[in-house]
Amino acid sequence: MSGTTVYSARKIITMNPNRPVVSHVAVRDGRILGAGTLDELAGWGEYQLDDRFADKVIMPGLIEGHAHSMEGALWSFTYVGWFDRMDPDGKIWPGVKSIDDVVVRLSETEKKMSDPDAPLLGWGLDPIYMDNVRMTRADLDRVSTTRPVGIMHASGHILNVNTKGLELAGLFKTGNNHPGIPLASDGLPTGELKSPEIMMPAGKHVGMDRAFLAADEMGLRNYGRLCVRAGVTTSSDLGQQLNDDLVALFDKVTGEETYPVCLVAFRINLGVSPKELVDYTLSLTEKSTDRLELGKIKVVADGSIQGFSARMLWPGYYNGAPNGLWYIAPDQLAEIYERALAAGVQVHTHTNGDEATQLTIETLEAALRKHPDFDHRFTLQHCQLASEAQFRKMGRLGMCVNLFANHHFYWGDEHYALTVGPERAERMNACRAALDAGVPMTIHSDAPVTPLGPLFTAGSAATRLTSSGRTQGEVQRINLDEALYAVTMGAAITMKMDDRIGSIEIGKRADFAVLEDDPTEAAPETLKDVRIWGTVQGGRIFEAATI
Amino acid sequence: MKLPVTVIGGYLGAGKTTLINHLLRNANGLRLAVLVNEFGELAIDEDLIEAVDDSLISISGGCVCCAFGNDMIGALEDIRDAEPGFNHVLLEASGVALPGSIMTTVSLVHGLRPDATVVLADAEQIRRNANNKFLSDTIQHQLEQADSLLVTKADLITSEQLADVTKWLKSRVPLARIIPVERGQVPLDAIIGALPLPARGIPPSNSPHSDFASAVLRPDGPVDAEALAEKLAADPTVTRAKGYVSQGNRLALIHVVGNRHAVEEAEGKHEIGVVCIGLKHEFSSQRIEDLAVQSMSAALVHKEASA
Repeated sequence: MSGTTVYSARKIITMNPNRPVVSHVAVRDGRILGAGTLDELAGWGEYQLDDRFADKVIMPGLIEGHAHSMEGALWSFTYVGWFDRMDPDGKIWPGVKSIDDVVVRLSETEKKMSDPDAPLLGWGLDPIYMDNVRMTRADLDRVSTTRPVGIMHASGHILNVNTKGLELAGLFKTGNNHPGIPLASDGLPTGELKSPEIMMPAGKHVGMDRAFLAADEMGLRNYGRLCVRAGVTTSSDLGQQLNDDLVALFDKVTGEETYPVCLVAFRINLGVSPKELVDYTLSLTEKSTDRLELGKIKVVADGSIQGFSARMLWPGYYNGAPNGLWYIAPDQLAEIYERALAAGVQVHTHTNGDEATQLTIETLEAALRKHPDFDHRFTLQHCQLASEAQFRKMGRLGMCVNLFANHHFYWGDEHYALTVGPERAERMNACRAALDAGVPMTIHSDAPVTPLGPLFTAGSAATRLTSSGRTQGEVQRINLDEALYAVTMGAAITMKMDDRIGSIEIGKRADFAVLEDDPTEAAPETLKDVRIWGTVQGGRIFEAATI
Repeated sequence: MKLPVTVIGGYLGAGKTTLINHLLRNANGLRLAVLVNEFGELAIDEDLIEAVDDSLISISGGCVCCAFGNDMIGALEDIRDAEPGFNHVLLEASGVALPGSIMTTVSLVHGLRPDATVVLADAEQIRRNANNKFLSDTIQHQLEQADSLLVTKADLITSEQLADVTKWLKSRVPLARIIPVERGQVPLDAIIGALPLPARGIPPSNSPHSDFASAVLRPDGPVDAEALAEKLAADPTVTRAKGYVSQGNRLALIHVVGNRHAVEEAEGKHEIGVVCIGLKHEFSSQRIEDLAVQSMSAALVHKEASA
């Protein structure tokens, strides 16, 4: 029998309602042998008392239910976002506050580059915070006129390129007639490229190549380090075109002795027919390991709200923009749901607009009549605009939800003024309505869209503050306990892993977030400031400062 | 010459797979590359498949089929750079994709020429889909973006019903060329244009069984190629036209598919002649010859073939 370690702590928050707070937790073989008093745990026999966390607060390892490991890969490129952001090394990159700052930041990278033709790519630009100033090719020409330079915006919907980038993409000419290619008064493109069909062909010349879009070993390792810094012990990787090669890559990296997080890798519905999608995903289930959970499907139903590509019910967008796009044919969605229900494979579906949510609800209801499943836990991801009626229906159908609770902070003002208007902005990401309707709920960052940080997300759900400081939809706020439950047990439930993770209780994996401060004593506004020492994952200790 | 790309769109069940299999089966020596949308739903008839290598399916006659996943541009570039080269690319859009948006992307790839956006409408289902609350705007956009609109499974309905659905489609998209198709069997030259036919030694689709008629314009003098192409594209009876005209001391190659036209500078020597085809019941060779005359400074037009 291997050894038992008992950790003492200032406080251990368990998320187990039977004993919500304990003083000690015993770990054996990477699992929780028990949580309680030292006396109680001594009953298990010989143990080693470890007091290293005696002045820390321990809570269940945080679980990120919607993120992308690409967050780890992005740090190979230059960050030019508005907000301060921490990289995998723990370095905090200050937010850039003007176009001049962006040019300076990129020029610093440029000076260190040895290959004169290599592309230079920045990411995270968000002109919403700069009075919506439009960056031009002339701005980026100040970085370089000889190498292609590009910047992907935080929204993911705009790419800026310099003149060299336009030349390489074959766009540096007059006569470009496309709404995604704004023209200056000289008839030449301004350098701003909108919409995926324009960005992708141009993007590859500024560094957005195939490697940028796919997972690699270094990216996965960096993502693991970011997880430790955020107190995360289990994270979804929501949407990979998994094949045998990619699964082998995930298996190799997550299998490394010091890999600090369990990844839940979903197979996205691209590149394969519904039958292949379900059959292949089902076949992956048995390849799951302690740190790689497989056998779940991600489907994308529509686009994004700020990109005006989300599918909206009447009356549509507040600014009159035409309705968005379906990313899957309704009949195909139905086929995937039916096959997945029959096979017992769980499906998480991205919906942003309320019409997309309505389609998934109606499609699942019909599929369930053919293939009843009393614990399918099909989950809607984002589901930002769901109405009370939709949540009610979701609750009755046994669906779960993962709401984009920090969207209010980053883009709430934009949603209020432009995209969906005041009334629907106040009900966006309606955590209160979801819980009241009995829908198991978690909340997410969608990293790299926003930084990985469940405590920040939880605070956002509790305050619903926008970046300008307004409380947007105060009725939909949830309390701190509910928010902390959402980023632990809530996420575990939506991924059908609540038998193994999400709380500190006997039999579960020894996954802890180790904190310097007590999150239950924080105010909703200060939850984000709770200091994270590191994590314990599967009984292994990872300190953020040395990861 | 740039590699022509045809985008094939239309909702699920419209017959895209049947059409593509038909074109592969009747490629007449053309090397076709088929790119399948991100959902990989295209099923190539098994007897056409020669080999399957990872994501690439080799098809008899030098054709290939591959799925492009989330990297359509990369797949297009691979096809463009392949040796030996391909004659034509067929790009199958997903059931809810807007084929016009895809064609915009194609137009940004160096060395490719958007040839046509062909949208398929299931004669029986199109109106039901257009009335579906989740689909109506998507279907309308798809129809509007068609250079050629194929009404498929026309054999499954009566001629009255076909006339009815054609009328309905015309009310939705007044400018589209509407072509009825039975069992996916539409002549290659009406869709992707194995033209100019005389140079290839293949007779135009003038067989008595064909729904199509054709004519060859042979303007014997310099022609404003852009003006001629524009006129042919604006004429609702011309389904497709392709061929060489003189620009004085050089040649130009005209492409017309439905409403879309393009003019390329031609390399090498070619016989002058523009093959035009259209639906037999509305096609008039005299009418298109008049268009050619209008596009010439001073020249005669020889009548070579007619319906």
